[in-house]
Amino acid sequence: MYKAFLIKYAEIAIKGKNRYLFEDALVSQMNHALKKVDGTFKIRKEQGRIYVETEGDFDFDEAVEALKCVFGIVGICPVVILEDEGFDKLAEEVIRYIDMAYPDKNFTFKVNARRARKNYPLESMEINAKMGERILEAYPGLKVDVHKPDVMINIEIRSQINLYSTVIPGPGGMPVGTNGKAMLLLSGGIDSPVAGYMIAKRGVTIDATYFHAPPYTSERAKQKVVDLAKIVAKYSGPINLHVVNFTDIQLYIYEQCPHEELTIIMRRYMMKLAEHFAKEKKCLGLITGESIGQVASQTMQSLAATNEVCTMPVYRPLIGFDKQEIVEISEKIDAYETSILPFEDCCTIFVAKHPVTKPSLNVIHNDERKLEEKIDALMQEAIDTVEVIHIEA
Amino acid sequence: MQAYLDNSATTRCSERARDIMVKVLMEDFGNPSSLHNMGMVAEGYIKKAKEQIAKTLKAEEKEILFTSGGTESNNMALIGTALANKRAGNHIITTSIEHASVSAVMAYLEEMGFRVTYLKVDKDGLISLEELKEAVCEETILVSLMMVNNEIGAVEPIEEAVRIIKAKNPRTLVHVDAIQAYGKYRIYPKKLGIDLLSVSGHKIHAPKGTGFLYIKDKTKIKPIIYGGGQQKGMRSGTENVPGAAALGVAAEEIYENFEEKIDHLYALKERFIKGVTEIEGVTVNGKVGRDSAPQIVSVSIEGVRSEVMLHSLEEKEIYVSAGSACSSNKPAPSKTLISIGLSKSQLESTIRFSFCVNTTEEEIDYAIAALKEIIPFRRKFTRK
Repeated sequence: MYKAFLIKYAEIAIKGKNRYLFEDALVSQMNHALKKVDGTFKIRKEQGRIYVETEGDFDFDEAVEALKCVFGIVGICPVVILEDEGFDKLAEEVIRYIDMAYPDKNFTFKVNARRARKNYPLESMEINAKMGERILEAYPGLKVDVHKPDVMINIEIRSQINLYSTVIPGPGGMPVGTNGKAMLLLSGGIDSPVAGYMIAKRGVTIDATYFHAPPYTSERAKQKVVDLAKIVAKYSGPINLHVVNFTDIQLYIYEQCPHEELTIIMRRYMMKLAEHFAKEKKCLGLITGESIGQVASQTMQSLAATNEVCTMPVYRPLIGFDKQEIVEISEKIDAYETSILPFEDCCTIFVAKHPVTKPSLNVIHNDERKLEEKIDALMQEAIDTVEVIHIEA
Repeated sequence: MQAYLDNSATTRCSERARDIMVKVLMEDFGNPSSLHNMGMVAEGYIKKAKEQIAKTLKAEEKEILFTSGGTESNNMALIGTALANKRAGNHIITTSIEHASVSAVMAYLEEMGFRVTYLKVDKDGLISLEELKEAVCEETILVSLMMVNNEIGAVEPIEEAVRIIKAKNPRTLVHVDAIQAYGKYRIYPKKLGIDLLSVSGHKIHAPKGTGFLYIKDKTKIKPIIYGGGQQKGMRSGTENVPGAAALGVAAEEIYENFEEKIDHLYALKERFIKGVTEIEGVTVNGKVGRDSAPQIVSVSIEGVRSEVMLHSLEEKEIYVSAGSACSSNKPAPSKTLISIGLSKSQLESTIRFSFCVNTTEEEIDYAIAALKEIIPFRRKFTRK
């Protein structure tokens, strides 16, 4: 029945002179998302609207699912395209359409016609009134409500006639590629994929860094992170995943520093390494999944300690979220089931029974001095041996 | 150098098994149910494989039922006999150290209303014949025992157990999970009084997805898979002809020069145990001599978690299992290891090494050298 989609977008409509940049980015993201869908799609920009037109058969559900992953889209309206064969024929088609789309004839409606082609014999208001009458004749159970209708029946008279009434909500946000790039610190947990998703939603392109600690973490743990990156990439587009071998640095810290500071010092070096790759990839910031107070390394004091080593801004979109709220988003983006697969990640392998929760910067600085002998070489080694995996959804 | 010491998880396919498999896949690919000649040829492979397998068990061809492997054989044996004999009684006996393909089925049968007794084991993983004798009653329709435990290589006293069961209730059926035993022991079900015996192909150098269940003639058993009535209605579905043919060849092959092979395995085991126990804080679980299975050694390594040990060995291309590979999908402590009384720290640091006829002394020595290097290093880094 449906032959096209009308795409509604909100925020990008207000971006003034840059508007075309945002629209182009949206079109490009949509093209990318539809690449894997069965069917031929053509995306057309026209007078502040974006249409997805299809040629021949296509998989409707797949197309909708793909478009629901494109940030910037607020609503997806499946459109029926009709030839202009006179008003009577149009009314018949509208009545048939209502029957197909709404089997239960018990709702209020409004007809909203737009006559873009001015040589059409009826004016918009006339179409509204006459079409309303025809619909009521066909379905006496329906009622008109011009203020708050349950169903808005849109009829656009162009060279052809577009008919649509349902709006499938899109993810909102801004098209990826309109706001620079950031480096996500991706672990195998629940939070970091959600953090990546949230920042990508604001139009940011994502790269990621994962810290691998063989033999303490397994190849399967790494595979899990690759799988999670794939899930984020469904929304953010391609991700360059940097897999850093962190074992030697971790063991060196273990040997040299007090055990209760292990995690916090480790995280400082993770931030340094992530920032190194971020600069290399021309990122404008780092992204973490931290949330105040969630664990010892995420108290305000600990966050200050990890934040201190970076010069780039660190974006923490989950900072004020409760775990349950994060889980809900994780489930929504289909990452949860993968996130909870039971593989050890490198932050937990040597975690102290009572790690510091209020690290003092002075103490940390002093203890880090014990690493002076080898740490630079180990960091360089980690940088030199990084494995970069190109991830596409 | 590489050392694959995880042969109780699975084995490499034998060349003879592969060759016949390829031939069936590419040339003699008919469906045994087809009436034409190609069907006949395919049927011939099934018949031949049954003959080869039956010979190793001193059984009859009609007593061999092809399955998709050990798990299906165990499911078929337990569910099939429980359902067929439920009017005779509702009591079943098994042990507390069975593989999940038995224990999970028992849980299912319990849900269906059967009463299941789980026999305890001692520190070596062996059941008590006294306890078994007491457990068997009028109501007992089935006893399921594993012959060789997959995690520690304990060898259960099957012969005496069967004698005790049948003396107390001649109608009780005996099922033996021989998945880790077949090919390592000569097993003659008829002489031992075994009614059902499960075997998996990929543990004896046949391909994965193959296996069989020995069902003593005239045993009351119902199918668990229904359909087109293949294998006399006991297991519908087009026979896995290439798999069956390969399994037949592998079964025949594993019993060639049998004594020599077993001596080789025990020699490897002895060499391995001698080397590994030289390392401080390493203990071998269960029995170590000829009264244990020739191919399995379970060791607990104080102060090194099994997962870390496994991945450290992996870095040196030495492949082993942490506990039992088949249970790695759900990282819960192994029931077998709990049953033999290991402490919590031992549970977390137990590794299984398992050999096959192709394992060499060099591989054993390489593994021992690796362990001697890895253990002291990894012990320095522990959770505090």
